[in-house]
Amino acid sequence: MWEQIRVNRRNSILLLGMMALALAGLGFVLGLAFGGPDGGFIGLIIATAVWLVLMLVSFAGGDQILLASSKAVPVTHDVHPQLFNVVEEMKIAANLPKMPKVYIINEMAPNAFATGRSPESASVAVTAGLLAKLNRDELQGVIAHEVSHIVNRDILFVTLAGVMLGSIVLLSQVFLRSMFYSSMGSSRRYSSRSSSNQGGGQIVMIVIALIAAILAPIMAQLLYFALSRRREYLADAGAVRLTRYPEGLASALEKIAGDRTPLEAANNVTAPMYISMPFKGRKAAHLHSTHPPIEERIRVLRNMSRGASFKDYSDSYSQTVGKASIVPPSAVKAAEPVELRGASAEAGRQESRHTQQRQAGDIMRKVGGFAFLTCDCGIKMKVPPNFKGDKVKCPRCGRISSVHGQ
Amino acid sequence: MWPLIIIGGIVLVVIFALIGIYNALVRLRNQVDNAWSQIDVQLKRRHDLIPNLVETAKGYMQHERQTFESITQARSQAMGARTVEQASQAEGMLSDALSKFMLVVENYPELKANQNFLSLQEELTSTENKIAFARQGYNDQVLFYNNKIQMFPSNVVAGMFNFTKRDFFEIENAAEREVPKVSFS
Repeated sequence: MWEQIRVNRRNSILLLGMMALALAGLGFVLGLAFGGPDGGFIGLIIATAVWLVLMLVSFAGGDQILLASSKAVPVTHDVHPQLFNVVEEMKIAANLPKMPKVYIINEMAPNAFATGRSPESASVAVTAGLLAKLNRDELQGVIAHEVSHIVNRDILFVTLAGVMLGSIVLLSQVFLRSMFYSSMGSSRRYSSRSSSNQGGGQIVMIVIALIAAILAPIMAQLLYFALSRRREYLADAGAVRLTRYPEGLASALEKIAGDRTPLEAANNVTAPMYISMPFKGRKAAHLHSTHPPIEERIRVLRNMSRGASFKDYSDSYSQTVGKASIVPPSAVKAAEPVELRGASAEAGRQESRHTQQRQAGDIMRKVGGFAFLTCDCGIKMKVPPNFKGDKVKCPRCGRISSVHGQ
Repeated sequence: MWPLIIIGGIVLVVIFALIGIYNALVRLRNQVDNAWSQIDVQLKRRHDLIPNLVETAKGYMQHERQTFESITQARSQAMGARTVEQASQAEGMLSDALSKFMLVVENYPELKANQNFLSLQEELTSTENKIAFARQGYNDQVLFYNNKIQMFPSNVVAGMFNFTKRDFFEIENAAEREVPKVSFS
């Protein structure tokens, strides 16, 4: 199982190297365009400096930035015991050195992601909608998928590649904007320069730089997305290996795919981290999507009938998709017989859409620090955290209950 | 002079490689021990949960004294077990008693609606899962460790420093082999 980490690492280094080259080339060309023949190296230095600063920031607290930008709130066992238990179960199954920190995102769209630098400092975040819509087995499948990302070091890769992509986007945006404004404001300077001989070369450089500034981010994004698709399949295989129950993840993915609510707090850089593509509605082109088609992932999972090892997943993959396996051959070779297990009893339960929405609302309120009281007459009251005083009157029977001494 | 330096260099490289392999073996062995202790942690957690569970359920289920007795008895046997064999037998009995109890719970809708019982039930389900996953994780870890001490070149170092193969956690009873199912709904 751990063999694939090595393959992953080699691919990641290759990809990161290519992105670094793209970043350096972009810096060089932009420097040439701005500062003439001597500007290339200055541009290179600036590009490196931008990358270095972003890198330091992301290593110091990149996961925190990502979690904050996704509006994720850290939670304790009491807020959602089942989520916490399921994360701990998967932590035990995967032999993680430390329990990942658990976050809940205040949104109805069902989705989840993992982040961090290493298995020692990992975090898992899920949306309130996910918790309300999935049963225990399905939640376990999703968490197992995220824990596999942690085990495979995908979280580090996403951070590193995300920073590189961010630097490239930042540089080209700055360049394109400065071009736009300088061409509006001081067009005289450029026209006077272009009359001289040296300026002719400058114009060519600027055109090249413009093309580079437009193309580099697209290229970098394509590279980034290409590798993250493969990682999704691997994480699915890892999830089955951990839970021994492919149907859990399959039906979770089905529910997630069936939901049309877009995730508000996702952007281009964070998108590859989520378990399924967070942008619904707008149809993503095949090359541009960070995730393999979800229907295909479900079919591969449902086709697994003989066992839960990587080899079984790989066999099922080549059967359903008809392509060579995505699982590294070393992991397939080391295949051990791994038995599947049956569903737990809860699996068949399905709540109405209305109940789910109310549950999601309750989870969000719990995260927000609401107190939940049950009056003796059976009515449930939800008291906001900024409520003053410590007594509430029941709206039905008029009995007084204490807010803090429940 | 040069041949001496070259030979010295080779010896140094070999020594560093040996140190690296030795450390990797120690790390793997510690991971195996750690995974084993996880099983114990979860079994202990189950023992701690049971008195609460019995206490909560007793008020609702006056006529099921026998069920409670078999649970309590299995628990005390499991806690008093001295050998691994005794322990695995007693834990198996405890699992059986608990799943029987959960079947009986079906007849008491009031108990199933009790908030306290619901949260205990989630903790118990999770503990049963954790026990199963801890076994699974232990076996994974043993597999890596055994592979490492059998494969070249780490097998040489393993032989030198007496790293021995570990056994998998096997459950004899075929029914027990499945993740313990505690059915609630």
